[in-house]
Amino acid sequence: MSSNTWNLFEVFIRSKNGMSHKHVGSVHAADHKMAIENARDLYTRRGEGTSIWVIQSKDIVASDPGEAAALFEPAVDKVYRHPTFYDIPKDVPNI
Amino acid sequence: MGNVEYSQDARKALTGYVLGLADDCLVLGQRVAEWLGHAPAMELDIACSNLSLDLIGQAQFYYEYAGELENAGRSADDLAFMRDEHEYRNHLLVEQLNGDFGKTIVRHYLFSQFSLLRSNGLAKSNDPKIAAIAQKSVRELEYHVKFSADWVRRLALGTEEGHSRIQTAIDDLWSFTSELFNDVEQESALFSAGLAVAPSMFEEEWCSQVNSLFAEAGIKIPEHATLITKGRMAGHHTEHLGHLLAEMQFLQRAYPGLAW
Repeated sequence: MSSNTWNLFEVFIRSKNGMSHKHVGSVHAADHKMAIENARDLYTRRGEGTSIWVIQSKDIVASDPGEAAALFEPAVDKVYRHPTFYDIPKDVPNI
Repeated sequence: MGNVEYSQDARKALTGYVLGLADDCLVLGQRVAEWLGHAPAMELDIACSNLSLDLIGQAQFYYEYAGELENAGRSADDLAFMRDEHEYRNHLLVEQLNGDFGKTIVRHYLFSQFSLLRSNGLAKSNDPKIAAIAQKSVRELEYHVKFSADWVRRLALGTEEGHSRIQTAIDDLWSFTSELFNDVEQESALFSAGLAVAPSMFEEEWCSQVNSLFAEAGIKIPEHATLITKGRMAGHHTEHLGHLLAEMQFLQRAYPGLAW
């Protein structure tokens, strides 16, 4: 058995209830169940998580860096869309 | 921690019992740690070190309490590193060699299932400290059982080679399982006082769990399982424990009292 026949999975951890899952890294595993166990051992051993998502890396569709200009630049000069015109209250830390 | 007052005899018996719990955890923890840097995949390397650290953590709590009960000024480190092979009271199963990953997994499953049932019982011990340590261990051991059972299935049902390795592992290890359920006489007073659990009490439950997993995995459990030994209470071990202790204890023997 060697890990090069295993699939690559991307791991997302939710640190607290109410927060969203955040990408933390990847693991090798033969199937989803093993991926969860490996992710648990790799990424939650210091009490980081309350929930784990895994997804096979090959199932992720990414935007093309070559199209970055066309995709993202039009938003840059439209400041009226940017959420910068109000103050976030101190009591709302996670925004 | 409010300690219960025990008679001298009870205290002595309880010290021995708690040492046995600690030795089981430490010896298996040391064995599993031998996979560090050698496991079949990086992910399993970390999984093994997690399992090992859980066990060594449990051992540390039990050693500290054994030292307290013994009341002879011995620390957890003294008990772990300064006792010889014949003073170790672990079950023979946990000191067996790792072999291949399949054998490590089968050994881990057989023992974790035992240790989980024992800890479930000990969580209700009349000794509050034993109950507290056992309770804390239960969560960890539930994961050990799940992890190792998953791997037994995966290997046994995956390929022909995996299947034959798991079968060989159980053939090799099965004879060490009967010792787990041997109610030893020196501990009978502890059982009746509700301080410790007689292993025969949960033997049936263990057998049913183990049988159902191996049946599911298509693995045959050997029919005969009696190992002739006076066992751990007499300080009898297989040849493997001495080598394990030599490696584990080297530093404290060479540099007594050395600390991080």
